[in-house]
Amino acid sequence: MLSRVAGNIYWMARYLERAEDLARLINVNANLVLDLPKGLSPIWGQLVAITGAAESYQGDYEERSVLKFLISDKDSPTSILSSLAYARENARTIRDVIPREVWETINTTYLYAKEQTSLALSKRGRYHFLQEIITQCQTITGILAGTMNHDAGYTFLKVGRSLERADMTSRIIDTRSANLIPDATTTKATYDNLQWMSVLKSLTGYQMYRREMQVRIQRQEVLRFLIYSHVFPRALAHCVNQVEFCVRALPDHNAVVNEIEKLRVQLEQADVERLKTSTLNRFIDDLQVGLAQIHTALDNSYFAGKLVQAQSA
Amino acid sequence: MGIDWKNYKYPELYDELITDKGKPRKVAQALAKQLAKYGDEELERLKATAELAIKEMGISFTVYDQEGGSIDRQWPFDIIPRVISKKEWDVVEEGLKQRVKALNAFISDLYGEQKIIKDGVFPAEVIKNSKNFRPQCVGMKPAFGVWAHICGSDLVRHSDGQIYVLEDNLRVPSGVSYLLENRQVMKRVFADLFGDFSITPVDDYSSQLFDMLCALSPRKIALPQVVVLTPGIYNSAYFEHAYLAQQMGCELVEGTDLVVSDDDCVYMKTIYGLERVDVIYRRVDDMFLDPEVFNSSSVLGVRGLMRAWLKGNVALANAPGAGVADDKVVYAFVPDMIKYYLGEEAILPNVPTYLCMKPDDCAYVLEHLEELVVKPANESGGYGMLVGPKSTRKEREKFAELIKADPRNYIAQPTLNLSTVPTLIDGEVEPRHVDMRPFILSGEQIYVTTGGLTRVALKKGSLVVNSSQGGGSKDTWIIDEDA
Repeated sequence: MLSRVAGNIYWMARYLERAEDLARLINVNANLVLDLPKGLSPIWGQLVAITGAAESYQGDYEERSVLKFLISDKDSPTSILSSLAYARENARTIRDVIPREVWETINTTYLYAKEQTSLALSKRGRYHFLQEIITQCQTITGILAGTMNHDAGYTFLKVGRSLERADMTSRIIDTRSANLIPDATTTKATYDNLQWMSVLKSLTGYQMYRREMQVRIQRQEVLRFLIYSHVFPRALAHCVNQVEFCVRALPDHNAVVNEIEKLRVQLEQADVERLKTSTLNRFIDDLQVGLAQIHTALDNSYFAGKLVQAQSA
Repeated sequence: MGIDWKNYKYPELYDELITDKGKPRKVAQALAKQLAKYGDEELERLKATAELAIKEMGISFTVYDQEGGSIDRQWPFDIIPRVISKKEWDVVEEGLKQRVKALNAFISDLYGEQKIIKDGVFPAEVIKNSKNFRPQCVGMKPAFGVWAHICGSDLVRHSDGQIYVLEDNLRVPSGVSYLLENRQVMKRVFADLFGDFSITPVDDYSSQLFDMLCALSPRKIALPQVVVLTPGIYNSAYFEHAYLAQQMGCELVEGTDLVVSDDDCVYMKTIYGLERVDVIYRRVDDMFLDPEVFNSSSVLGVRGLMRAWLKGNVALANAPGAGVADDKVVYAFVPDMIKYYLGEEAILPNVPTYLCMKPDDCAYVLEHLEELVVKPANESGGYGMLVGPKSTRKEREKFAELIKADPRNYIAQPTLNLSTVPTLIDGEVEPRHVDMRPFILSGEQIYVTTGGLTRVALKKGSLVVNSSQGGGSKDTWIIDEDA
């Protein structure tokens, strides 16, 4: 397996996962807004923050502007359309490696996102549009699992997907753990509940939380579930375990495994349930640095690092 | 309604399927009969099936869209095939083998002793002024004496019924993936017909190509590492590069994936470290192959690749320098080469060619610009041509100046009236001009594709078959009438 190809597969998987995660996140938010009292929706601004674009974002925080930015803005590198475009460009360069059907489905999904922006930005069409993106991404995952050789290439695919998932989960916890509702509001308890429910739903975790935790929705339990669960596929611990399991099948994996170990220690040492909002934010920031370091280790070991060594040799 | 061949009469043209009396030629009888059975709706349905198949199969060529991204555009395809009898094809095949054999002998000779020049058969000045002669290759002796491992020769039939060779593409000829995919499309569309005709299959190409490439390996090992070198996704033939790599099961690499190490061997960068590469089917032009030797700003090639090749540590197909025989002046000498190297008469004729470097020819050309096609010696893809009968006085004056300034760089040929094949245009059959590009593989043996890529000019009266200028393609059926 060529290093470049391994890198392209990895990034293709990350961008596809990003598009899907964003679609889920937006859907849930739109839903939540409907339940919140009027004039109490800082939520759209939070979505921009989740994608890490809060500083560069120039628009206002009205629903339509934010959605345009997140869904169909070609100039925003994190929009669904851009993510799909990057996934497609990566897939194009490895057309000989991935099954033909996968390339075709990625291509049609990208074209759909590009052509249906007016649908996506209308209140009525939005749900359908986002659902279609989610379904198509799931279809691609399914075709890959069912038709691609489960070799090193497939391993990089899974690594990319899991790492992107871990990243998205950490971002959602980070942004959403801030209180939505000012303390003075009389019905605060109800809305707190709603808020944490929506965090779970953003990660499609509500139903699984109920099954696994069997307690009512409350902050520390939700955090514990999203960070430590070994069974919920979008929980940080599960994603990190997946990355490790996959990487161990690859040659020369020590550098990457070391970074994973470090992250795991970070996870285990923190007493997450007791963390206050501010310390929780710092904890999550550290985790994101850890995830970035895993990526750098992958890059050095497999995608780019060897290129540099080989060229200077 | 459907097709009524009696109304298809074009006495001024040579049609491949139908005679000027509106009767199917013998080889096309069964096909013509079958096509005439279909009603308009059925024809429309077959056409739609073909288009869907092309879309689903992702057959495309790349163009750039206005947003700066590249897009894959579908390859225009016509469902009525071009048909040739095996008897006629067998002769063409022999002619192509003979031609390529002579061309390879010629290239070897040029980079070796240059006997053909010393014997006065080929003028030395042509090589002195050749854009594609690479002095770096002098003295090199590639395996089996073969330089042009993959050759695409363009064939045309004139209204006199004779098949001529129009040009030989010895650098990085493309189009073979469409030839192969066209057949897959036809099998989906006319699944019921294939059983009734004896159509010679084409699928063998990818494995023939792979075997030929393996045989070039400098290391005699069971499984040599063969790779396809592509300029990348922005190249218009990227689809074909990916397709061939996929079909042969070998890696598709870009220049940055390869490295030439201190031992002058070529390696590819894999997740397991460096792996030695034995054979490179390169789809990158000579000038971009190696910044150390050729274009120093090239980022498509591999530094040191020529060093590795000259030392015999890696095989390159086609060999650098093979394009010297792409020159249209060299083309004019192919019949002489066949006589000189093989002691045979050319089986396939050249189109009569006037060389402006010869004073007599040049005078004739300048006097008859209105009737002739003038071509620069070293351009491909139909660039920089003058088509006399369709030219303006101003264009002719411009070309007269160009020719006088650089006679070596221009040739002229009579305007050919290319043969036609019935083509579905808005539900009706109309004649459209075609050419054909077969591919010839040379290694230990020579292999010729059964038939070739038939390209068709979809615009009425047009002779331009290039995909970028409104051209499309058709399947090509070699039918064994005796089977």
